[in-house]
Amino acid sequence: MTTLTDPPKGNFRLSQLIYDTRYRSITIQVIAMILVLLGIFWLVNNTIQNLSALGKDFDFGFLSQPAGYDINQRLIEYTSQSSHGRAAIVGILNTLLIAFLGCILATILGVVVGVLRLSKNWIVSRMMAVYVEGFRNVPLLLWIIAIFALMTEGMSQPRDFKVGGDASMILGDSVAVTNRGVYVPGVVLENGLFGLAVLNWLLILAVLIASIVCIRLLSRRADHIQESTGVRPTTWYQQLALLVIPVGLVLFFMGAQLQFPYLKGFNFTDGVHLRNSLIALWLALSLYTGAFIAEIVRSGILAISKGQSEAAAALGLRPSRTMNLVILPQAMRVIIPPLISQFLNLTKNSSLAIAVGYMDVRSTLGGITINQTGRELEGILLMAAFYLVLSLVISGVMNVYNNRTQLQER
Amino acid sequence: MKKSVFLGAMTVAGLAAGAAAAGTLDDVKARGTLNCGVTTGLVGFAAPDANGVWDGFDVGVCRAVAAAVLGDPMAVEFVPTTGQTRFTALASGEIDLLARNTTWTFSRDVDLKFEFVGVNYYDGQGFMVPRELGVSSAQDLDGATVCIQTGTTTELNLADYFRSNDISYEPVPIETNAEAQQQYLAGACDVYTTDASGLAATRATFENPGDHVLLPEIVSKEPLGPLVRHGDNEWADVARWTLNALITAEELGVTSANIEELSAGTNNPEINRLLGTEGELGAMLGLEADWAKNALMAGGNYGELFEANIGESTPIGLARGLNAMWTEGGLIYSPPFR
Repeated sequence: MTTLTDPPKGNFRLSQLIYDTRYRSITIQVIAMILVLLGIFWLVNNTIQNLSALGKDFDFGFLSQPAGYDINQRLIEYTSQSSHGRAAIVGILNTLLIAFLGCILATILGVVVGVLRLSKNWIVSRMMAVYVEGFRNVPLLLWIIAIFALMTEGMSQPRDFKVGGDASMILGDSVAVTNRGVYVPGVVLENGLFGLAVLNWLLILAVLIASIVCIRLLSRRADHIQESTGVRPTTWYQQLALLVIPVGLVLFFMGAQLQFPYLKGFNFTDGVHLRNSLIALWLALSLYTGAFIAEIVRSGILAISKGQSEAAAALGLRPSRTMNLVILPQAMRVIIPPLISQFLNLTKNSSLAIAVGYMDVRSTLGGITINQTGRELEGILLMAAFYLVLSLVISGVMNVYNNRTQLQER
Repeated sequence: MKKSVFLGAMTVAGLAAGAAAAGTLDDVKARGTLNCGVTTGLVGFAAPDANGVWDGFDVGVCRAVAAAVLGDPMAVEFVPTTGQTRFTALASGEIDLLARNTTWTFSRDVDLKFEFVGVNYYDGQGFMVPRELGVSSAQDLDGATVCIQTGTTTELNLADYFRSNDISYEPVPIETNAEAQQQYLAGACDVYTTDASGLAATRATFENPGDHVLLPEIVSKEPLGPLVRHGDNEWADVARWTLNALITAEELGVTSANIEELSAGTNNPEINRLLGTEGELGAMLGLEADWAKNALMAGGNYGELFEANIGESTPIGLARGLNAMWTEGGLIYSPPFR
């Protein structure tokens, strides 16, 4: 009975998997998938086999063991008795610090140089070209080491600053440039609200952010008034007051004092010590990445048609205002996407810190900890995960900004 | 389906082949050279000379092992390693033997899975400062900036010493001895700390060695010795007994000058066993009968190596001290060749 009622349908043959275009793509995908899975399986299996051949296990327990080594630059409390995990966090914070400082300085440098390279002044534009080509075409590692060597070999030792020595502090005895780094005055809070210094500084930061939000609201209100009446109220003194007074009050009540570095024993004490390694890495990363950003900015500006600046000139805008109000806002659309990858480059290049002994995550977790505990696989995986997350966060944030600067098309 | 089964089978076969690692001794013999990990350059212990030929006390151990295994002291491929790269290089099989003034510690032996084959230099961590600082004791170093090689035991000892004495310091981490030397001479650090032998060797290369003093404190025990991977006992035996042969030769008075004469046969059965004219010691190790003779011909016995590279007649000028023979009040001692 069934043979009678079944509709006639083509038999599926195995050869259709290859010769029938309906199935071929699926076949190829399945085979590729199997190959990829086999590859992963082989890698994992190989790792497990080799680990057991070496008699090693896979265990993150070492992170809670005492580290036993000291770190010179630490943004949080850390002693040699702290755990390897905490040493890794100290390193992570140092990486974040250098990435943050580097991105800011590189952007400022890049924008200024990119604009100046288009200057009609021949000397200025040529000088900027020399900077860009010089830094872009010499490996970053050489710049890091060159700046570090310049600092170490070229500056005076702290003991030369003694009375009768041949070196002296600059800027009214407040800044000491030595071959161990630069000592600048620091701010200390005599009677903070919280026991932990970090919390006090976070409070100040919160007040500062609140002030900036208020300033934004104020200038938006000024915009509204200007749009409705045509006259913009003068707000600069209100803005300045909003910026300075709340933070100033908080600092005053917490007993903020400027602490000047002074020579004591072998080294300068008090103040803030910007180590050679930090300065060399920061400057080299910023100068190097800044050269690339300058080219990106130049390309962004050149992408805006000449008609825009001519129209702005016809409206009577001065060249500086043309640049700030007409050209750069439009150029941002072209600039931001490649800028993101420059920020990512800078962040990852900061792992070259090892060359000058800057204690970033590569030097603590990926260097000393791995060496003392023999946990290469775990350490490298953790480090890779950290750089991956950091890069994804940076590109995520920058993408949000990118979406906001895009043309709003309707 | 069949294809994936086939691929799977191939994968398993490949893994099995990879896991069944041959013995290091056979590998070295098949390769014809010994891959030996040394420092990136520490005069007296391991450094290339003017002709680019590696020379030094640790290099002597490498050459002795190569001579014992391959019969040729020059059949060594030297791999310069830093404090941070040395263990990875050994664990990964890039080198067969690490002779890089490495301290024998519990965790390196047990946890890092290495096998120390003996001690070729009993050392301790010291401090070097410029004479003009006027420092006479490590206790006076409060607040000093200290250059320290990362990835070493000295780094941990330094932290322990300053913490237990409740004095502060600023560590400047550096990678190699050459870098440390440059930083120290530029005055970027007040103190350089490492093994006392390393300090002496480094100071010997300074323009004015007299301007720098070693502080009297020796803050740690640093038994330095060659090491191999854990788990390959045949290879560990070869390295261990080559080192012991160098030591025993000094004890028995076998030198590179009289070895030809002695290897013709003597009345002392231990010398005969050592030089392979009696017994089967070489065959037990899987080597030629004259393995120890070859090792000794490479650079002489332990005492000769010491005197030629780091002894009092060299610019480094280290006294034997703890590294004298046990018969002369030192700690250098070898189990008997029997």
